[in-house]
Amino acid sequence: MKANIIVFPGSNCDRDVKVALEQAKIKTTMTWHNDATLPKTDLVVLPGGFSYGDYLRCGSIASKSRIMKEVIKHSKQGRLVMGICNGFQILVESELLPGVLIRNINLKFICKTINVKILNNKTYFTKETIKNNVLKLPIAHNEGNYFASKDLINKLEDNEQIVIKYCDENGNINLESNPNGSLNNIAGIVNKSKNVFGLMPHPERASDIMLEGTDGSLIFNSLTNYARS
Amino acid sequence: MQEVNEELAIKHGLTKEEFQRIIKLMGRNPNLVELGIFSAMWNEHCSYKSSRVWLQTLPTKNKYVIQGPGENAGVIDCGDGDVAIFKIESHNHPSYIEPYQGAATGVGGILRDVFTMGARPIANLNSIRFGSPNHEKTKHLLNGVVSGIGGYGNCIGVPTVGGETEFDECYNGNILVNAMNIGIAKKNKVFYSIASGIGNPVVYVGSKTGRDGIHGATMASAEFDEDSESKKPTVQVGDPFTEKLLLEACLELMQKNSIVSIQDMGAAGLTSSSIEMASKGNLGIKINLNLIPCRENNMTPYEIMLSESQERMLMILKKGKENEAKKIFEKWGLDFAIIGELTNSKKLELFFDEENVCSIPIQALGDNAPKYKRPYVNHTYPKNINFDKKLSKLNIKDCLTKILSHHNYSNKSWVWQQYDHMVMADTIQKPGGDSAVVRYHGKDKAIAATVDCVPRYCKAHPYNGAMQAVCETWRNLISVGAKPIAITNCLNFGNPEKKEIMGQLVDSIKGIKDACTYLDYPVVSGNVSLYNETNGVAIYPTPTIGGVGILNKINQMMSFNLKQNDSLIVVIGKTTGHISQSALMYDILKDKKGPPPKIDLKEEKKNGLFVADLIKNKLALSVHDIAHGGIIVSLAEMCMASEIGAKIQTNVQNIDKIKFLFGEDQARYLIEVKNENFNKIKKLAKTKKIHLEIFANTQKNYFEVENNFKIPIKELIKMNHNWFKQYNKN
Repeated sequence: MKANIIVFPGSNCDRDVKVALEQAKIKTTMTWHNDATLPKTDLVVLPGGFSYGDYLRCGSIASKSRIMKEVIKHSKQGRLVMGICNGFQILVESELLPGVLIRNINLKFICKTINVKILNNKTYFTKETIKNNVLKLPIAHNEGNYFASKDLINKLEDNEQIVIKYCDENGNINLESNPNGSLNNIAGIVNKSKNVFGLMPHPERASDIMLEGTDGSLIFNSLTNYARS
Repeated sequence: MQEVNEELAIKHGLTKEEFQRIIKLMGRNPNLVELGIFSAMWNEHCSYKSSRVWLQTLPTKNKYVIQGPGENAGVIDCGDGDVAIFKIESHNHPSYIEPYQGAATGVGGILRDVFTMGARPIANLNSIRFGSPNHEKTKHLLNGVVSGIGGYGNCIGVPTVGGETEFDECYNGNILVNAMNIGIAKKNKVFYSIASGIGNPVVYVGSKTGRDGIHGATMASAEFDEDSESKKPTVQVGDPFTEKLLLEACLELMQKNSIVSIQDMGAAGLTSSSIEMASKGNLGIKINLNLIPCRENNMTPYEIMLSESQERMLMILKKGKENEAKKIFEKWGLDFAIIGELTNSKKLELFFDEENVCSIPIQALGDNAPKYKRPYVNHTYPKNINFDKKLSKLNIKDCLTKILSHHNYSNKSWVWQQYDHMVMADTIQKPGGDSAVVRYHGKDKAIAATVDCVPRYCKAHPYNGAMQAVCETWRNLISVGAKPIAITNCLNFGNPEKKEIMGQLVDSIKGIKDACTYLDYPVVSGNVSLYNETNGVAIYPTPTIGGVGILNKINQMMSFNLKQNDSLIVVIGKTTGHISQSALMYDILKDKKGPPPKIDLKEEKKNGLFVADLIKNKLALSVHDIAHGGIIVSLAEMCMASEIGAKIQTNVQNIDKIKFLFGEDQARYLIEVKNENFNKIKKLAKTKKIHLEIFANTQKNYFEVENNFKIPIKELIKMNHNWFKQYNKN
């Protein structure tokens, strides 16, 4: 299994996700935003951070960068793409994932560990998780409030594209456990063909017992055997 | 060019005597550019003219110190060829005028000080102080400063791991924003600002120069009045994205063998950076101002030299390495311009449109800058006051709940959850504990850091208060299992031209000196912020101390949350019940009279080393230093952090009980220990002559004072988390 991490100017979780991927025995390479080609890879990871300063709109300038043309091609071939936090924002801005991410409802940056419930454990990214289980994962964002038309939300629900939702520690999905105002408590979704995954929480920050626990490593471990499967 | 006379010099913040001194040093009248440069270099912020003679008395060395004060930041040895580089700096004046940008650029500035030296920044800390919550500006300032600190640190991707946030009416007209940063580097890859090599190119990198922040350092060296708002244009505007690029580009270039010396353009921008580098190397420097990348049209030499535009660096490169360096900066999309060269003239020579617009002997700006031994009065230790009558009416539960709900003692997660404290994935002890702990990436060791000061103690007796600030950082480092190594300080005071204020500064420096010397805990960097006054009213003396320690093994790390039911809580250190200047007296009963608790350095060291031993020998389950609110509040904090309860048992009665529980005697710790280990610990304490007593035992769910009251921990948590949410509701 090989993963390639895209480094945009302003990315700041590129190293963190590299460490977590390698811990899951996934080989990694890094690609600079201005490069013309991707190395041979199974998975492309768009890491967290503030690509291009998040100026204009989070993820919007990155979505137009040179390397994103290649990432889009890669995804159209059915291969895997995962965007974490700013990476998720880039994925919606490039329309690889539907919907938009707007400012948190309290208009503040929020950094804390929250709970998410696994709704779909049949994706490449969540194979190692158990449906309806609760994972503890950190969030750290200013624009993580998922928004879409009612129709789209219904479609996402029907197609099982919503992979994780914010919940309380007992798995109840309610207003109190929604940190940023996301519709239907959406924390992470996949595209229709389920090879592109975007999520606001940072699994790479929960892949070490000294940090916020190891629930995040379930996501990376799910990817470890992808190439073989 | 405008004619330069005494009147114009005074407008520039210089005194008549200083203007005469300039004429004497130059042998002629300065022109406008030269006057601007003198005013920028000789203001309080850059020249330390009021504090320098006292700062020189501070201890700056121990076996870990590689670089003390005088560089961009201090450097300590962390073993295995690793060093930590750190400094704290104030951005008080700009943050009051424009809180978001003021605080943001404060963070940006301190980050640059650290990565200029070749370090990758790994932790931000801060100390922020606001006026009374009821003051009309406080909510706006609090929200602006917190967003600004977060806005910069979050974007650049350096975790903000610790700090303090407090309110007191003495900051109504002058808030404090002190930002600290710690970076790590290899011992053989530390970069300094001393220029060398005549003919070597002087290179400008980073953002373009604009008209922002002109005279920022001069503004920061003056008092405020009703018109302070009009100083907004002197506040710089930060761009953390550019700084991230600058950071990565500099660190990339530092891997090569191209840089002779490097200096960030901070206060007084291009002026102070070029002069400092040349002055340290005892050389001259020649700059063609037409080559400076400018953001705006028609900028004059005066504006270019005094601009405080952010995210800029000045470097001396080895001759012939220009292209290698240029490529790196171009890759990161940053400006790169060769603007001049080092000379043997020992002068700062500036050219614009082929005309010499400035020629100042560098010695005149630095070594010959004014140094004042300002008159001062010493502050005596206040007389003890008997508060028994007031205390006799109090109810323990009521006092505890009032303190836990008070804005100064309530949980600060509303603040630190707006800061990304986890990015870089090495924060192994998050904000909220005694010290933050950040792991050395990929290694089994860590750095601990904390920022502390209790201004009400410092106001009551500056000498003791400053010692206390040093000791509290020492205690906080001990409490997480770290070995305290060195400090950085940020001395925030009023107008030093007043004897009383100068006395606060002198006494505080003496206090820092005595505590640091005794604890072998030297000062390696710092900053002085004077003139924190509005309409003649000064802030409390606030010598903020940033302490840094090392954990050689990560598994030595200790935390303050209780670990289990049915263990014992012991108090290390003597409790006499010192109640004046305590949180209870000062903030709840609003009685601000009397002396602060006395510092006994011998006790401090003895008790601290004893606790360090307990941690090392795995005899402590959790450790918390005893600070604001006394032992009862410290214990409540341990309970709230774990949702484990505790029951306090004490034979002390009546008024003495209040003093025992809420008194703020120093050099004390609360330790959770297993029942079966108690006798062993007691014996150890006896041989080391440590005062130790059992204070409580842990239990499920309830916080309890025997024969007095019982309250669910969940309720305590609720009241402790309430204030910030309510205050910032709309």
